[in-house]
Amino acid sequence: MAARRAIVATPAAWLVWGVVVAFFVFLAGVIGSVVVSSFGTRWFDTWLPLGWTPDWYAQAWDEFTLLPVLIVTLEVSALVVGISVLIGVPAAYVLARRGFPGRRLLYLLFLLPILMPPITYGIPLATVLYKYGFAGHLSGVVLANLVPSVPFVILTMTPFIEQIDPAVERAARMCGAGTRQVFVRILAPLLVPGILAASILVLVRTVGMFELTFLTAGPDSQTLVVALYYSMSAAGIRAQQSIDAMAVIYTSMMLVLLVLALRFVNPTQLVARVRDDGD
Amino acid sequence: MSFETLRLDGVSRSFGGHEALAGLDLTIKRGEFIALLGPSGCGKSTALNCLAGLLPLTRGSIWQDGARLDVLPPERRGFGMVFQNYALFPHLSVRKNIAFGLQMRRVPRAEIRRRVDEALRLVHLEEHAGKLPGQLSGGQQQRVAIARAVVLEPALVLMDEPLSNLDAKLRLEMRTEIRRLHQSLGLTTVYVTHDQEEALSLADRLVVLRAGRVQQIGTPEQLHTEPANWHVADFMGYRNLLPLRAGPRDGTGIVVEFEGHRLTGTPVGDPAPGDEVIAGIRPEDLRIGPAGGPGVPAGSPGVAAGGPEVAAGSPEVPVGGAGVPATVEVVEYQGREVAVEARTDGGVALNLRTTDRPAIGDRITVSVEPRRLLVFPAGGAT
Amino acid sequence: MSAIVGARPALRHRLAERGIDRQLLLLLPAALFVVTLFIYPFLYGVGLSFQPTRGGTLGAYREFFTDAYLRDTIFTTLRLSLPAALLNVLASVPIAYRMRGRFRAKRLLTTLLVVPITLGTVLTAQGLLNFLGPTGWFNRTLLSAGLVDAPVRLTNNYWGVFFSLVITGFPFAFLLVLSYLSGIDPSLERAAATLGAGRWQRFRRITLPLLAPGLATTFCLTFVLAFSVFPSAVLVGDPAGTTRVMSIAAYDAAYVRYDYPLASAVAVLMGLVELLVIAAVLGWRALLYTGSTAGGKG
Repeated sequence: MAARRAIVATPAAWLVWGVVVAFFVFLAGVIGSVVVSSFGTRWFDTWLPLGWTPDWYAQAWDEFTLLPVLIVTLEVSALVVGISVLIGVPAAYVLARRGFPGRRLLYLLFLLPILMPPITYGIPLATVLYKYGFAGHLSGVVLANLVPSVPFVILTMTPFIEQIDPAVERAARMCGAGTRQVFVRILAPLLVPGILAASILVLVRTVGMFELTFLTAGPDSQTLVVALYYSMSAAGIRAQQSIDAMAVIYTSMMLVLLVLALRFVNPTQLVARVRDDGD
Repeated sequence: MSFETLRLDGVSRSFGGHEALAGLDLTIKRGEFIALLGPSGCGKSTALNCLAGLLPLTRGSIWQDGARLDVLPPERRGFGMVFQNYALFPHLSVRKNIAFGLQMRRVPRAEIRRRVDEALRLVHLEEHAGKLPGQLSGGQQQRVAIARAVVLEPALVLMDEPLSNLDAKLRLEMRTEIRRLHQSLGLTTVYVTHDQEEALSLADRLVVLRAGRVQQIGTPEQLHTEPANWHVADFMGYRNLLPLRAGPRDGTGIVVEFEGHRLTGTPVGDPAPGDEVIAGIRPEDLRIGPAGGPGVPAGSPGVAAGGPEVAAGSPEVPVGGAGVPATVEVVEYQGREVAVEARTDGGVALNLRTTDRPAIGDRITVSVEPRRLLVFPAGGAT
Repeated sequence: MSAIVGARPALRHRLAERGIDRQLLLLLPAALFVVTLFIYPFLYGVGLSFQPTRGGTLGAYREFFTDAYLRDTIFTTLRLSLPAALLNVLASVPIAYRMRGRFRAKRLLTTLLVVPITLGTVLTAQGLLNFLGPTGWFNRTLLSAGLVDAPVRLTNNYWGVFFSLVITGFPFAFLLVLSYLSGIDPSLERAAATLGAGRWQRFRRITLPLLAPGLATTFCLTFVLAFSVFPSAVLVGDPAGTTRVMSIAAYDAAYVRYDYPLASAVAVLMGLVELLVIAAVLGWRALLYTGSTAGGKG
């Protein structure tokens, strides 16, 4: 707030920006090396691969049976998004609008699966799902992924609903609308942006969710990220570069989803349940 | 750290191509209460923030007794500021909030305690000293904000619409408080508001701004009775602004024609015959007479139209002209007076104030003293 | 006093006054869901941890604490997660402080920062293996710049996992801290400036105290993420040795040794250790001012 805005910033400012730039350079290197490797012919001890080829992609596609894997990923995410929205939105509505005894406890209960790391509740969950025969199949994967998704929808929708002035619903009733009409003609249109945002967020998180799918998937119900892990941990048998190709396919998919998501939500909402402040 | 004069010299501030404040020239004397007045977006808050050092100047300079001020950051200017939303530190108690500035100046602890106690007494908040701002009402928070600014005995106190978030009753009370504080402490104050009534009651001098430019600087009396142009008149409560065409001069007056009636008014600026002008009249300056009649009954002050008994008016000023007939449309009760909106036969709405009690639908005649009919050039602003 | 109409309102009305009516049924699916798929497995797991095949009720736990290979995982995990979480949170503060106003590149920056979180730990691990490997670009740069004589071992050890935690954890912590920082009324700093506070004083006496509760929360969330690290520890760490974290021990027990009670015991212990750390941090947080960070009723 100096009277003259300094064009030459202080050393502290340089340091801060330096750290930020360094971080991004590092990040670019990490992602870039995977991309470069996937397009290279042979790359052992040089700055860049000796030659370039797109063949690894075709190889990865066949070797890792990527088409079925992608289909599974899509199926799982679609089901998870659909079911979690169906279950979560009504619950969010009640939680946002009404106070009732035990409301805070219930809210905390819904918060838990998001706060706890997936591994901690994933192992007991997988055990139970195996016990009842769900695990190892698509249904098990979907159920497992629903556990953090339903609370996430509730948590994302609750502030959305709170933002809708309850007086609007009352005004609709005064104009003679019954409950169903209030919902269909007033609430639902107002909620659509929120539902869209929540759906995208759940989609992104589910596609990227590793631990839960890992613990409950069978050989033909793996999502892309799990297949990637398996191929990496069994490395030595497979060519490193075809694994890189698979990783790039995964990255592209996630980036496309990210771009899609950012059309609807603020970047911060992707990671934290922070309300969109219209930055 | 007090000064004798604070001079703003061509102070300007632009935001991305838009000039929020253009060339403010003002000299403030020690102990003065200056009000910056104007509608939203006129640049008054910008001017205040420039004075505080929170905004850098795009052009111009500020001088404190011959020393250049605008190169200093706000923490070195030694001014106190009361923000519109109070900006009380929510994690510090009332006492600690007030003490903050003194701590920044490294005043010894015993003296801090003494001065904070004094400030608390000044704003009547002694029992609330240990509370957090969140536990106080709006009016109490506002008083803490004021105490925090004045405890430093700063050379200049800046107030940014401090009363705008209070309810009407509290606003009036606090207004008196602020006046009392200024009279007892004598601190030079610059006060920003959009409420002309507030500005008139508090200030020694007012600066009226519009779209970043100064329209008029003067005492409350001057702005109330002699606005410099029709924008200032509009803002200062001249609710009747009639777009007319100027007629010939009539001695020191000027003639304008309104719906077939010839009215004489006082020119402001220099309207020439044939120019487009705007005639401004305060509601309380319009006189009501019965319809069709010779105007105001004999014995009342002011001049009526046309009747044989011309009441005592100033003999040097020409007669105001014929009364304009109108029909009463809206009557608002305001205690001793009523506010009346009447529509002329030509469809123009006029606002009046009167102690009479006309009924809706009454036919009346409206007239005005030439001294109180101000004729401004329609172009208006500087 | 009325004596005639003295009947109590119907039960339905009394319940409705307290918020209980048919609309609550909307909550039922979600509540049921959480109970069956979260609470029940959790309790089941806890119960299982007390039913080992041998050793009595506490057999699994005893086995854990007597076997150094298992016991050390606690320390290993803490050794990774605490510094990583601290670094992520502390580094975020000066950077977020500088970026808290509005400026053009902010949206771009936050978008870019979200990328590593979205990509996830598996991809980051793969990238790190490439990038930090002995022939990767990082070591190459160090060698050509003459900073080291031989490639530095940064993969398949502690450092690989640490970097992975920072890459995915820092953006998360940063975005949270940024949002907390943005929630502090900017006029508070301006007021402090007019009262004579310089830059550092404004930060230390106004911003930091108001930010501290948010920092505590951010630390807890970041720590939890780091503590449950799994794929990175396997792929880019040393899962049998220096980066054998608790989640690996749990996984091993469950899927390699099929010792479900032991696996559950490890999971329970993981939760407990996390809880202890979080409780300590939140306990400290409770001592701070945690009210609104607005400047007043204005």
